[in-house]
Order: sequence, then C-alpha cells, then structure tokens
Amino acid sequence: MASENERPQAKASILYNPTYRGYFFQVVLVAALVWLFWAAAKNATDNMNDANIRTGFGFFWEKAGFDINQHLIPYSADASTYFDAFIVGLLNTLLVAAVGIVLTTILGFTIGIARLSSNWIVARIAKIYVESIRNIPLLLQLLFWYNAVLKPLPNPRQSFHLGAGVVINNRGLFMPQPQFGAGSWLMGIALIVGVVGAIAFRRWARRQQAETGKQYPVGWTMLGLVIGLPLLAYFAAGMPVTFDIPKLQGFNFRGGLQVYPEFVALLLGLVIYTAAFIAEIVRAGILAVSRGQTEAAHALGLRSGTTLKLVVVPQAMRVIVPPLTSQYLNLTKNSSLAVYIGYPDLVQIFAGTVLNQTGQALEVILLTMLVYLVISLVTSAIMNVYNSRVMLVER
Amino acid sequence: MTLASESVANATAQPGVYVRKEPSPDLPPPLLESGWIAWVRNNLFSSIPNAVLTLLGLYAIYLVAVPVVNFLFIDAVWSGSNRDACLAANVGRPVGSCWPFVTNRIGYYIYGQYPLSERWRVNLTFVMAAVGIAWMLWPRAPLRVWGALYFFLVFPVSAFFLLLGARWLGLPPVSTNLWGGVLVTMVLSLIGIVFSLPFGILLALGRRSRLPFVRFASVVFIEFVRGVPLITVLFMSNRMLPLFLSQGMQPDALLRVIIGIALFSAAYMAEVVRGGLQAMPRGQYEGAQSLGLGYWQSMVFIILPQALKLVIPGIVNTFIGLFKDTSLVTIVGIFDFLTTVQVSMNDPNWATPVTSYTGYAFAALFYFVCCYAMALYSQSMERRLAKADKR
Repeated sequence: MASENERPQAKASILYNPTYRGYFFQVVLVAALVWLFWAAAKNATDNMNDANIRTGFGFFWEKAGFDINQHLIPYSADASTYFDAFIVGLLNTLLVAAVGIVLTTILGFTIGIARLSSNWIVARIAKIYVESIRNIPLLLQLLFWYNAVLKPLPNPRQSFHLGAGVVINNRGLFMPQPQFGAGSWLMGIALIVGVVGAIAFRRWARRQQAETGKQYPVGWTMLGLVIGLPLLAYFAAGMPVTFDIPKLQGFNFRGGLQVYPEFVALLLGLVIYTAAFIAEIVRAGILAVSRGQTEAAHALGLRSGTTLKLVVVPQAMRVIVPPLTSQYLNLTKNSSLAVYIGYPDLVQIFAGTVLNQTGQALEVILLTMLVYLVISLVTSAIMNVYNSRVMLVER
Repeated sequence: MTLASESVANATAQPGVYVRKEPSPDLPPPLLESGWIAWVRNNLFSSIPNAVLTLLGLYAIYLVAVPVVNFLFIDAVWSGSNRDACLAANVGRPVGSCWPFVTNRIGYYIYGQYPLSERWRVNLTFVMAAVGIAWMLWPRAPLRVWGALYFFLVFPVSAFFLLLGARWLGLPPVSTNLWGGVLVTMVLSLIGIVFSLPFGILLALGRRSRLPFVRFASVVFIEFVRGVPLITVLFMSNRMLPLFLSQGMQPDALLRVIIGIALFSAAYMAEVVRGGLQAMPRGQYEGAQSLGLGYWQSMVFIILPQALKLVIPGIVNTFIGLFKDTSLVTIVGIFDFLTTVQVSMNDPNWATPVTSYTGYAFAALFYFVCCYAMALYSQSMERRLAKADKR
C-alpha cells in the first residue's frame, strides 16, 4: 500500500478540488443567508421604530374586546385576552380539521371503491365526481356552499325540519344535545371497560387462532362489548341521559346544539374536496396490489371476504397511508380558507382580527405559521414511525 | 388434383345436385350473450345488489343532472341588457342561469379595469403565452431548447414591458392596480411556474447535495413552506415583506403576492423534481462520472433532461394546483378572476335571485375547462412515458 502512495500524482489546481469547491460554495451560501437575515432584521427594526409598532408578545395578556360566536372554551369580549382568542381560534381549527378528516375518510374510501366497482354506472358516477370536484378551486366551492346554498335558507320561522329534532335554517343547524344527568359516570366507565375488553379479547382470540387454529366470533364480541356494556350501564343507572331539544322562541331557536352555517359550509367544502383526492389515492392503492396476490389467496382456499381483509387491504394500506396523511395535512391547512367565509379559525381570528387590532404583523404571522408547521411536523413524525413499522422488509 | 376434389368437380357438373362450395356464413352470436343486452346484463344487472346499485345510481343522476341541465340550458335566459331580462316575473317562467349577465361583464372578467384602448396588449400577451406553452408541452415540437429559452426568458421580459408599459416603446404605463380578472390569474400562475421551476430544480439539487449546509438550508426552506398554508404565505408577503425591505424599495401589492406565490410553488416543485432525481438509476450518475463530467455538467447534460421528462406529469399537476390556488389572492386585495366574478355579483344593475348562481356556474366552468384540459394532458403524458418505458 505504501508504494502506491509514493506514486507521483498529477498536480491538480486547488481550483478543481471538489472538497475545496464544496467549502467555497457553502461559505458563499452561509454568507448570503446571514446577510439576508441581517438586512431583513435591520430593516424590520427600523421600519417598526418609525411606525411605532411594539414588539414582543406582551399584547397576549391584554383584553381582546371582540366577540367570537363559536368558542369551545369560555370566552367573552370584555373578560378574555388575546391569548384566549388565540386558543379559541386554534381549537376551532382543530375541531373542523378533526371532524373533516373523519368524514372525508369515509366519503373518500366509499368513492374510491365505487370507482373500481364492476357496476358501470356506479364507477362512472364516482369518476365524474372526482374529475369535477378536483378541477374546481376549493375557494369557489366554499363560497358556493356558503353564499349560494346556506345563506338563502329560510329564516328560523320557516326552517326545514329534518326529523329527530334536527332543524336547519339560515342561522345554522340545530340538533338535540344530550344532557348527562347523575349516574352517567357509570356509562363512561362501562365504555372504557368495553373498549379495553374488546381489544384484549381480540388479542387473545388471535393468539388462540395462531396456536390452535380455532376461530372465535371476534367482530360480534367486540361490537357487543363496546356498545352493549354502556347500554347496560345506561339502564342500570336509571336512564340518566336526556336530550335538550331546540325550540323556536321568538326569532331564533333556543337550546340544543347549534352548529353555525360557517362551520357547516367549511366542513362541506373541505370534506367534498378532499374526498375526491382520497378516492384517487384509494383507487391507486387497491390497483397496486397485483392480481397474483388475490389469485394466490383464492388458491389457498380463502374466501373473497377473507382475501380482501387479510391479503388485499393490508398491502393496499401500505401504498395508501403516506399520501393519505398528506391529504389530511392538506385538509388541515385548507381549513385556513375559513377566513373567506367568516368561520372563526386560527387565521381568521389571529392573523385577521388580532393582527388588525394590534398591528404586530411580525409576531402574529410567524406564530400562525409556527402552529401549522408544528401540526405538520408532528403528523409527519407519527407517519414516519407508522411507515417504518408497516414497510416491506425486503431481502 | 386429388381424387376428392375431382369428385366434387364432377358432382357440381351434374344438374339437380346441390353441393355447397363455400362455408355457410357465421350465425350472429345469440343476442343475450353479446351486444348491448349482454353488456347491460354483465355491467349493470349481474346480481340483485348490483341491480339495486344501478337503480340508485340512475336515481342519483336524475336528482343532480335534471336540475343542472334545466338551470344551465333549458330555463336559461340567453339575451338581455339588464336585470329585467332575468326576472321570473318578466319572463313568465322559472328562470335558470342569466347568461347576459356574464356576456355583459366578460370584459371585466378577462381584463379587470385595464384601459379599453390598451387591451390589445393583454391579448398579445395571451397569444405569446399560448405559443410558449404549446411549444413547451407539445412533445414533437421543433427546437424545444429554443422553446424553453423563449418561455423562460423572452416571454417574461416582453410580457413585463407589454403589460406594464414602457415609454421608450410608445406604450403608456398601466398601473397594476387596474389589472384584474383572467389577466391576473394568468400572470400569477405563469410567473409562478416560470420562477418556481428553475428555483425548484436548484432546491431539489440542494436537497440531494453532498454539502451539509446546502442540504440543510434546502430542507429547512422546503419543509417550512410545505408545512404552512398558502394564506399565511400571502399574509406574510403582504404584511411582513414591506417590513423587511428598506423604505426606499417598497414593491407594489401585485409584486408582493407574486413573490409569495413563486416561493410557495418552488417548494412544491422542488419535491416533484426530487422525485424525478431519485427515480434515475445510479448507473446514470456513475456513467456521467466515468465520462469525466463534473457535477454541473453531469446534471445539465445527463441527469436533469431525463429526470425532468419523467416528472412532466407531476409538474403539470403542480401547475394545476397553483392555478386553482391563485384564487386565494383575493384576501390581500388582488382582483383575480374569481374576485371579479364575486364583485360583479353585487352589481345592482344585475341584482336577480339567479345572479350569484350564474356567476358561480360560469367561474366553475372556467376553472374546470382549464384544469381538466391540463389534467388530460398530464394523463396522456403519463401513458406516453409508460409506453416508452416498456422495451
């Protein structure tokens, strides 16, 4: 080896040495970025001094002084601070995102499976749905739902009764609200016991099947545990749950659960729009499982339902889940379009009203971005863990 | 001649004996096993649940299609000069869409408040854009390298002077706050693509670079932008950008939004390009190295031409998303196409119960036609690439 090192080497200029070139480029990049940030920071302090804009997050503890119609925590214009308003907006964003994700998953999977249906008409309808919804901007759909569908609804006196105490009018959707009386805690405990029991039973039954080949009715038992136990507790505690049914009083409905039209419009728009993308992901995922897998499962004697459950779906999910997560993130980010129809989400309250009242653009906008960034990063981190668990272990 | 054929020839010669010389024509297959009846049986009514689904589907089509067709065509009003033409009381029947409202406002939808006498400049820009796009997207177009040069250099510069105006060309300046409608939507999405593609390529190369700091800076930028909604980026470019610049150089509102959109789409473009770079087999990189090419030479001449071709569908899809997202700029006071439609709905001259529905229908139609055309192109490109892949 030593003799090789002694071999005379061609003298190359340091200009052509990739290592030194790499250092040089990086130094240039760092210098450019440092200069950019320094100049921006200097301009920002100068400009804010000139315009008498305060800095820092001191405004958080001042009185907000504006009303928010939908708030999940106690909030009032006189007593609450900007920080409360921030939390209200954040919770409203998370609420619409959570409800939207659940509904859009159901709708998206239904349509994605319908696209692969052997029934020509069903497949066609699903295709038309996907193609038309995907190619129209979400904002246009939101404006349509809010301005053209929900706003022209009749006033409370002429509202539509959808049955079971559910009423819809131009003030929103009114639903009966369950009131949990004394003894309801028994139902809560029964529910927890039921869920834990169901999971334990499933693990036990799986192990039994792996060891002895004996199968148990897992689905039915789990259903019975999760629904039956709380139901039993409900009767045992003397039926403590009553429903507060909305009633027309004066010009509006009182009581019950009121869902504001802004929320309904935003939810409708987000769910319908995202479902079109999820449908395509589901379709691609199912198509990605090769026919040979299904045929091999049939050759092993599995029935088509079992094949679907044990062979096709687990493999399809591996393809579906990563893009599905990014659709969930898209839905969460798109919920910021709430600002166009006046749903009080984080952007509408914080980057809208609070920004206009305090004028502290820098802090408010950066904090808003940071919230979305944290949501995205946490979701991606969870997804990466999931992905590495389900990833194919190849040779 | 063999014996058999001879005897056949003899047999035909005898009168009164019938011998068939040609095979009888095939009978058509039974109607129930082929043709449309069989198709309907196999595809629509193969089983009872299937038949139920078919009937439900037909009912759903009936529920949606009949009102839509009625609204758009059958009950529509096609001519008129103000709201009186579209009032049910004057027409004497239920009124669907009020198309004269759209035709009356079409100039506003396309040009915004761009001065009437200068609108030929906008039209010329549209034509130049169309030529550039066709040149770029048509796979067998001649001189595509020149096409790229035209689209990424000649077209932006000339469009800039054409739209904004230039005294030395004899074009009176037109302030950007008069721009609006399709013009602004096109300007935003085209500038978005023209700037985001090169910048996105640089970011993608940076993300795959060996140099740790370059990689780190690229990753931070890409992940930050992709993690936040476009609205916050628009707010940032509208409210924060003026703070970051010295007071002497304050860009106008449209330019601020363009900067925001260009940076936003660059991050998404970078991920698309990265997909293409990752799909290139290692042999291509090693082959380029073994030919003695340096980093930039191997990227420009070997890797990028192949990788970009692979991701044309992805680029087009990003562009579709960008095109739809330009509708969000209304929040920072830019009059894009959707905003002009929204504004025109409040015109008292056309205040009828159907005005807003007509406006939304027209806007939806516009976006659908544009986006669907691009989506079809992207799909055909995907098929072409898949075909080229099979050897």
